Amino acid sequence: MAGVAVSTTINGDSVEYLCQPDETLLDVLRDRLGLTGVKEGCGTGDCGACSIILDDRLVCSCLVLGAEAEGRRVETVEGMAHGDSLHPLQQKFLEHAALQCGICTPGFLIAAKDLLAKNPDPTEEEIRFGLAGNLCRCTGYDKIVRAVQDAANVMKGA
Amino acid sequence: MRYIRPLSIEDAVGLLAGSTGTAAILAGGSDLLVRMKGGFVEPDLIVDIKAIEALSEIRETADGFSIGAAVPCAVLGESTALKKAWPGVVEAAKLIGSKQVQGRCTITGNLCNASPAADSVPALVAAGARASVVGPGGRRTIPVGSVPTGPGKTSLAKGEIIEAILLDKRAPRSGDAYLRFIPRTEMDIAVVSAGVNLTLDERGVVTAARVALGAAAPTVLLVEEAAEAIIGRTLDEAALERLAKVCFGACRPIDDKRGTIEFRRKVAGVLAKRAATTAYARAGGK
Repeated sequence: MAGVAVSTTINGDSVEYLCQPDETLLDVLRDRLGLTGVKEGCGTGDCGACSIILDDRLVCSCLVLGAEAEGRRVETVEGMAHGDSLHPLQQKFLEHAALQCGICTPGFLIAAKDLLAKNPDPTEEEIRFGLAGNLCRCTGYDKIVRAVQDAANVMKGA
Repeated sequence: MRYIRPLSIEDAVGLLAGSTGTAAILAGGSDLLVRMKGGFVEPDLIVDIKAIEALSEIRETADGFSIGAAVPCAVLGESTALKKAWPGVVEAAKLIGSKQVQGRCTITGNLCNASPAADSVPALVAAGARASVVGPGGRRTIPVGSVPTGPGKTSLAKGEIIEAILLDKRAPRSGDAYLRFIPRTEMDIAVVSAGVNLTLDERGVVTAARVALGAAAPTVLLVEEAAEAIIGRTLDEAALERLAKVCFGACRPIDDKRGTIEFRRKVAGVLAKRAATTAYARAGGK
């Protein structure tokens, strides 16, 4: 199969890569570009571990072809911290112990970032519905919801 | 496999019509990529229609709305005018999948995937929506309900693409609503569902109605007798009971792990009643 040449922007950087036409963006990010913060859980759009933001829309990168990223903007968890300073969501996930095994965490962080960008002051219910596309088998979700609420408060004050 | 992103609908049709192997249209990919991953389909050609500009917009025209085939469901929920005119269609589209899936999935894809449990389809059928189909022979407009012909099967011919879903301009005092039953609060597939669309006169009497049921038969059901049960009435208790009874009788559902035949038939009637009540209130009925 002939490769597809793709020019895209990932976490603000221009990136070019070659991928197979049936290769998912998830596989491109992990295996070709080394962005392993994007996790593969189900590979079928159910668990949200591979969540990224594509042109300001939260999507599962397992349900996007690598070839589709041409000319678009991709945000992954790797783009959330600025140097050594963590994004408020990352900081609050640590403080609230909103993770145990951590596999779902990058997806939750990106989904929460998208949620707060669109709704800076969400209710608990809005957070729970907004993050319903992300599955966590460890925390029972409660600590994640508290962390997002706390981060929202910090970000509003900033 | 080849991946091509044409810039015009004519080029897309040409590619699909001229393909020799299995060709697939890619819009949101939330069904296609899952089927590819599961090994259920191995396309030789993928035609990504998202670079065709006209397919990526919701247009409000003198006749109503045209929703491009590549418009994600999340965008439907952000269209104030569409939500105001067709709240039932929008609430159905917004029930498909998670936030992540909403950012990609389309109502045209939901229709063409031809699942009997598709959420947006009963709402579209109740709304009397039409599909604008482009193919090697030109353009044609068909009722949305004639697209699915069975689970996973459509009436579209080789080379044909639905470019947009068309919704009529609203008559005064009209409302629609969609409800589904799932055992969870979100992120699930309809066990059974109902879409109701109606128009009232000044006194609150139903003058026109369409009732559609989902996951109640191999394809979406437009139940004309259910509409007749409420036309000419003010949606009083007797009319609602009659509506539920007709829906109960019209269902031809399957028995599976998500629901029994008996349960689906009963719930279809309950949902039709509730959706009709919501649609009635949205139309300004009291």
